[in-house]
Amino acid sequence: MALENKFSDVAENKLYSLAYNKLLSEHKLIGSRCKKCGHLAVPPKPICPECHGNEMELEEMKGRGKVVAYTVVAVGSPLMVEEGYGKEKHYCCGIVELEEGAKICARISGVDTSKPEQIKIGTPVALDYVEATHAADPTHEQGERTFLSFKALS
Amino acid sequence: MIQKKRKLGRGVAVVGAGLSKFGLYPKGVRGQDLFVEAYNELKQSVDKGLDSNEIDALYLGNISSDLFERQVHVAPAVAGRIGLVPKPAIRFEDACAASGVAFREAVIAISSGIYDIVLAGGLEKMTNLDTIQVTEVLAAAMDPDTEIPAGETFPGIYATIATAHMAKYGTTVEDFMRLGIKNHYNGGLNPHAHFDASIPDIMKRRAASAVKKGLPEPHWADEMEFLHDPKQNPVIAWPMRLFDCSTICDGASCVLLVAGDIAKNFSDKPIYVIGTGQASDYFLAERDELTSLRAAKLAAKEAYEMAGVGPKDIKIAEVHDCFTIAELVGMEDLGFYEPGEAVKAIREGENRLDGKLPINTDGGLKAKGHPIGASGTGMIVEIFKQMREEAGPRQVKKKDVDLGLTHNAGAHGSTIVVNIFERR
Repeated sequence: MALENKFSDVAENKLYSLAYNKLLSEHKLIGSRCKKCGHLAVPPKPICPECHGNEMELEEMKGRGKVVAYTVVAVGSPLMVEEGYGKEKHYCCGIVELEEGAKICARISGVDTSKPEQIKIGTPVALDYVEATHAADPTHEQGERTFLSFKALS
Repeated sequence: MIQKKRKLGRGVAVVGAGLSKFGLYPKGVRGQDLFVEAYNELKQSVDKGLDSNEIDALYLGNISSDLFERQVHVAPAVAGRIGLVPKPAIRFEDACAASGVAFREAVIAISSGIYDIVLAGGLEKMTNLDTIQVTEVLAAAMDPDTEIPAGETFPGIYATIATAHMAKYGTTVEDFMRLGIKNHYNGGLNPHAHFDASIPDIMKRRAASAVKKGLPEPHWADEMEFLHDPKQNPVIAWPMRLFDCSTICDGASCVLLVAGDIAKNFSDKPIYVIGTGQASDYFLAERDELTSLRAAKLAAKEAYEMAGVGPKDIKIAEVHDCFTIAELVGMEDLGFYEPGEAVKAIREGENRLDGKLPINTDGGLKAKGHPIGASGTGMIVEIFKQMREEAGPRQVKKKDVDLGLTHNAGAHGSTIVVNIFERR
């Protein structure tokens, strides 16, 4: 509830992307819990995908989970190329299933990107944010941004 | 989910189909010009002739003429170029399923009785931008809050699905390579294809080019060894390599749909649309299943029920292969094979031109090319040709191709359209 109060201006107006990204920059990963059926969505959703209820509570994730699918990218996205990744420096990203049950797409660190076939599905991970400076684009001002990342624990 | 069984209000048939050559065109060439090429081919294909004045509307698929050509409102522009003004002209944008959706909406419009004759097609002029810029345009179909910040690309998204499939079912990178080999073989027989060359042809060309440059002549024992060579087939997003990815190219396609009761005025060999289905889905991580695309299963169920047929009845199919893993997953989602079992058919060559269920006989998006907006109706052009036995050297060997299916996926399968066709 503390989170909701702090961002009541955005949460009450259902500006969920703004709330999610603001809290991410404070190293908090949030989802929404449906007050009616208890369904969890990360990032938060204004309307419950299960029961269509629209009373949601923002909830902070504990930050533990496991890799359920991944890739090691060699031809990077423009965003990652801006951070120095690409043909000479590959990176891992994929889908993490959180202990709370929801899944989310994120960067994955602490794995050997030179041996992608050896990265194991089921690898336990913990939240590990990345800060990087980027040029302005239509939806962001120029400057430092926080990116969701998970670090492999084994 | 309660869903009533849907049916078409009246019959719909395809009586004409045309394609531009898919490939790389210089900057001055507009997507509209490629559409004219496709439309001219379509007019040739209408057995009893087409009077353009009879066309009621143009339904056009296109993902981003905005960013590729700095042009919006492209549908009326195309109508103006092919003499359809003042008929309604509508653009459909559903990522890579754009013209699949345009086609389905044309079916719905005709079956409703509003229109009798609709031209449905698509175009994309992608190569005005470089590969990185094209990647960025296409990536706009992803979740800007999670997938883009994670560094995902579309090869990456499908590679992510691939790792989940490999872990669950033991699918291998060689299975993906086999699909590329099959599709390139078919593309080698298709003069409209961007890569009209089989993998052995490409191996010969690359060896010859090395010799020409004064380099030692490379040798590969077979296609598999070539595809495992990282210099020839680099990883794009592991486990998807270059030859697992469809090509960025330019092209246009179109088909002519008419009400079933007037189809014989245009052709003695109309191909009837007997089922159509479409569904949407969340971004990838929000789905329960990562090894199948639920929207494909729902779209297929709707189309099969409408058509009154099942997956085992289908004789030929076009399955969306933006990446090889997409074709494999599509084969399972459409019910041709049980989950995890498409690999058996792939290993046994069941989907080649001479196989039990030929798939992507035109080379697929892999070899024919994937000019995004043109791909959905491009698949229907191929089904039309194959079912009328007009596919030339790549005509399937069996003679009973009376039921065909197209499967067109937008983005990560967040839109999927399935259509079923019958030759009577």
